[in-house]
Amino acid sequence: MATRIVVDPVTRIEGHLRIEAEVKDGKIVDAYSAGTMVRGFEKILIGRDPRDAWAFAERVCGVCTTVHALASVRTVENALGITVPPNAELVRNLMFCAQYMQDHVVHFYHLHALDWVDVVSALKADPAKTSEIARSISSWPKTSPKYFGDVQARLAKFVESGQLGIFANGYWGHKAYKLPPEVNLLGAAHYIEALEWQKEIVKIHTIFGGKNPHPNYLVGGMPCALNIDEANALNAERLAQVGTLLDQAQQFVEQVYIPDLLAVASYYKDWAAIGGGLTNYLAYGDLPTNGYGDPSKFKFPRGAILNRDLGKVHEVDGRDPDQVQEHVAHSWYEYSGGDKQALHPWQGETNLKYTGPPPPYEHLDVDRKYSWLKAPRWKNHPMEVGPLARLLVAYASGSGEVKELVDGALKSLGVAVTALYSTLGRTAARGLETKLIARWAKEFYAQLLSNIKNGDTRMFDGSHWDPSTWPAEAKGVGMTEAPRGALAHWIVIKDRMIANYQLVVPTTWNASPRDSQGQMASYETALVGTPVESLEQPLELLRTIHSFDPCLACAVHLYDESGRHVHRVTFD
Amino acid sequence: MSDRPLTIWEQAQQKGYSRRDFLRFCSWLAAAAGIPTSAIGQVVRAMDSKPRPPIVWFHFQECTCCSESFLRSSHPLVADLLLDQISLDYTETLQAAAGKQAEESLQNTMKKYKGQYLMLVEGAVPLADGGIYCCIGGRTALDIVTEAAAGAKAIVCWGSCASNGCIQAANPNPTGATPIHQVISGTPIVNVPGCPPIGEVMAATIVYLLAFDHLPQLDQLGRPKAFYSRRVHDSCYRRPNYDAGLFVEAWDDENAKRGYCLYKMGCRGPVTYNDCGITRWNNGVSFPIQSGHGCIGCSEARFWDNGPFYRHLPSFPGFGIETTADKVGLAIGAITAAGIAAHAVLTNIRKHKLIQQEIEESEPPTASNEGGT
Repeated sequence: MATRIVVDPVTRIEGHLRIEAEVKDGKIVDAYSAGTMVRGFEKILIGRDPRDAWAFAERVCGVCTTVHALASVRTVENALGITVPPNAELVRNLMFCAQYMQDHVVHFYHLHALDWVDVVSALKADPAKTSEIARSISSWPKTSPKYFGDVQARLAKFVESGQLGIFANGYWGHKAYKLPPEVNLLGAAHYIEALEWQKEIVKIHTIFGGKNPHPNYLVGGMPCALNIDEANALNAERLAQVGTLLDQAQQFVEQVYIPDLLAVASYYKDWAAIGGGLTNYLAYGDLPTNGYGDPSKFKFPRGAILNRDLGKVHEVDGRDPDQVQEHVAHSWYEYSGGDKQALHPWQGETNLKYTGPPPPYEHLDVDRKYSWLKAPRWKNHPMEVGPLARLLVAYASGSGEVKELVDGALKSLGVAVTALYSTLGRTAARGLETKLIARWAKEFYAQLLSNIKNGDTRMFDGSHWDPSTWPAEAKGVGMTEAPRGALAHWIVIKDRMIANYQLVVPTTWNASPRDSQGQMASYETALVGTPVESLEQPLELLRTIHSFDPCLACAVHLYDESGRHVHRVTFD
Repeated sequence: MSDRPLTIWEQAQQKGYSRRDFLRFCSWLAAAAGIPTSAIGQVVRAMDSKPRPPIVWFHFQECTCCSESFLRSSHPLVADLLLDQISLDYTETLQAAAGKQAEESLQNTMKKYKGQYLMLVEGAVPLADGGIYCCIGGRTALDIVTEAAAGAKAIVCWGSCASNGCIQAANPNPTGATPIHQVISGTPIVNVPGCPPIGEVMAATIVYLLAFDHLPQLDQLGRPKAFYSRRVHDSCYRRPNYDAGLFVEAWDDENAKRGYCLYKMGCRGPVTYNDCGITRWNNGVSFPIQSGHGCIGCSEARFWDNGPFYRHLPSFPGFGIETTADKVGLAIGAITAAGIAAHAVLTNIRKHKLIQQEIEESEPPTASNEGGT
C-alpha cells in the first residue's frame, strides 16, 4: 500500500509550496503540487495607469526581480506600438543577464546544493585533497590547503557551538549523499564565496535601475540617461564598473560554478535517469539582438517541442486564442461556463473560491481542488518551461553555440543527449546557459559602448508617453524568459487605464495542479518515479523539485466585490 | 546542544581571532550603528557576553525581495552574520531542512529560547475568509504569527509588507492583507519599511539589536530613526537643482542627461522617509534618483495608492486641505502638500513665483486611478 507523505513548507524556494506524494516500494507513484498563498495582484492592477504597471508587476517576485518589470513594459509597449531605442534594449539585456547570473548561481549554491552536498561530511575532509581536486578542475585562485582548512575550521566551530542555524535538522548522513568529504568541503567553501559574489553582480541593476532588488524600468525605454560628459548620468565611470562586474561574473561562472556543477554531477549520474517528467517544452525566447519585434534574432529562440522530437520546433504565438489557455478544474477558482473550460488569458474568467479543508489541515483533498495555481496549457499540452526547455528549443532550432556547449558537456560527463531529460539535466542546463549568458552579456556591453561611440545616446522613445496619443482601446502581450522559464503578461487598456492585466508565469506552468483532462504538469510528472529511500527524510523529492527552481510568489485570480469574476492572473 | 550558546567573543576566540581583531570588529559595529567612539567599551562588553542570538524568519504574503536584499548586505557580510553572529534557526528561503524537519526546528527554538529569540517577519498576513489565502504546513499565517510572537523577545518587520501591508494591501486589498503591528500586541515591534529595505539597513538593524540588546530609537511609526528620520528629498544629491528650479521636463531630455531634479517626473522624494540618499543601495553604488528614475516612495504606507507614479505630487495647493472619510487615500497627499509648501516657502522664497505656477499646473489628487497626467 502506498503511503502519503507531505512536504510543507518546501524550503529553499521562493514562496509557499506544498507537495503531497504517494510512496510505494521506495518510489513516488503519485504526486500533488499545491501553491498555498495568493495576494490578489490583478484586482489591484485594474484601473491603474499602464505606465505604472511594471512597478506593481515587479513585486510579484523579488527573487527573479526585474523579469516581471521587463514583461510588463513590453506588454504596454506592445499594446501602444512603441519601439524602444537600441540602447534601452541593450540595457534591458544587460540587466536580464545580470539577473540570470545572480539567480542561477544562488539557486545552485544556496537553494539546490544542500540536496547534493552534505556540509557535515565536509568536516571529515582532508583540506589538502580538496585543494588538489579544486586545482584539477579550475584555475580559480582560492584553492590553497590553508584556505580550505580555514573554511573547515569555521564550519567545525559552527557545528560545535550546538547552534546549527540554517543547517539545523538537514538530512545529513542520508545515504543518498554520494560526494566524498573533500568535494563536500569544496561545495561548502563555494557556498560562502557565492554568497559574497552574488551581491556584486546585481550592482549592474543598481547602476542602470538605481537599486536591487526591484530596479526601475520605464515604458518606452529606460530611465537612466546616458551622458559620458556628465557626473550625474551614465558616464564612463559607471559604464566601466559594469564592464568590470561582467568580467568578474564570467570568471566566477566559468571558474567556480561550471566546474563545481560538473564535479558534483559526475557523482550523481544516476540522476540523469530520474525526474524526466513531461516530454513537451516551451520557450518564449529572449535577448533580442535586432529589437524585441524580431524574435528570429533572439539569442534564446522562441518555440515549442512536443514528445521530445528535436527535429521539429513549433511556432508559438501569445495572441492566438487556441495556444495558451488556463484550466481551473483542480484549482480554487470557478468558471461561469463550468470548470471543464480552458480560457485564453484575454478571455480569462475567474472566481476565487476556496473549497479546501479549513486550516489547520493534515491533507488536501487532492481528488478535487487543491491549489491556488491555475493550470496553463499550450494547445492543450502541459509544458515544461525553464533552462532545459530554453536549451532544447535552441538546440533543436540549430543554434551552433548552444549545440557546441551542450554536446561538450555531455561528452565530458560521458552521457547521451537523453540524459538531459532528467533532474540532473535540468540542473546542468541551468549552469550551461549561465555560461552562454556570461559571454553574451559582454557582447551587449560592447555593442552599447559602440553605439555611444557612434553618437547614439538615446535611451527612451517618448512618442507614446502622453496618454492623449493612445487609442481608446488597446491590447498587448509581452513575453520574456524569466530564469525559471517562459513568462508572459497580457494587458487590455481602455480609456487610458488598465482594464485587464494577466500574467502566466513559469512556476504556474511547472507547478500547476492537474487540468480538466487530468493531465499532470512538470512537478507532479517528474516526481513520479523519483525514489524516496526514507519516508521521514524525502531528500530525493527535494532534488527533483529544486531542479525546477520553484518560485511560487503568487497565483492570483480575482473576483469583484459582489463575488462575480472580474479578471484573473497567475504569478510565479 | 549546550544550554548556553557560546558568546560572540568566545566564538571569535575559537575561530582564532585575536582580542585586537575582536575589538576592531566592535569598533566597526559601533561605527555602523552610529555610536560615538566613547561608547565602544559598551559595545565590547555587550559582545563579550552575548551568545549567538536565535532568530526565526517568517514569510507570509510577500515576494522574498526582503530576503534577497538582506543577502546583498556588504557590511556585515551575510555569510559572517549567518555563520558567526546569529543563529538563523528558521528561514524558508535558506534553511536546509524542509517540511516536518523545518517545522521541528522552529518549534525547538520557540520552546528552548522562549522569550529570548528574535522574530523577523517578511510579508503581510491575510485576514479575509479565515486566513485561507496564506497557509504554511496546513496552518494560517495568522495562527503561526500569533504563536511565534508570544514567545519572541522582539519582532522586526522587514519591508513594507510586514510594516504597512504594501502591495497586497493596495486598493482593493482582495485578501485582507494586514501588517504585523495590527495583528500582534504585547511584543516590541520594529518596522523596517521599503520595497525592499536597503540590505545594509536590514543588517544594521540586526547588528544594533545584537550589540546593544535594546531597541533602536524609533519614530512614531516604529521605524529606526537612524534610517527613517530624513526625507529622501532632504538627503538627495540632486537637491540643489530643485532649489535652483532646474527640472527634468521629459524622460531622456537634455536636463535628464544633466542629472537635474526629477520632481516634475513624479519623484516622491519630498514625501518619503528613507535612507536611500545617504546609505544608497548595494554598498553605496547608486539609488533610484541617481540612476534617473524618481523615487516611488516605497517605504511609505499606502504608497501604491498614492499614484500614478509619473504624475508629480499634488504640489502646493495650500494649507488646510480638508478631507473626508471616504477619501482617506488623500490624507497623505494633503500632508505631503502642506509639507512641501512649508519646505519650499521656508527654504527658498525666491522660488515663490515658480511654486505658484506649479500650483496652477498641478491637478488636485483624486481617489480614482486616472490614466495619464
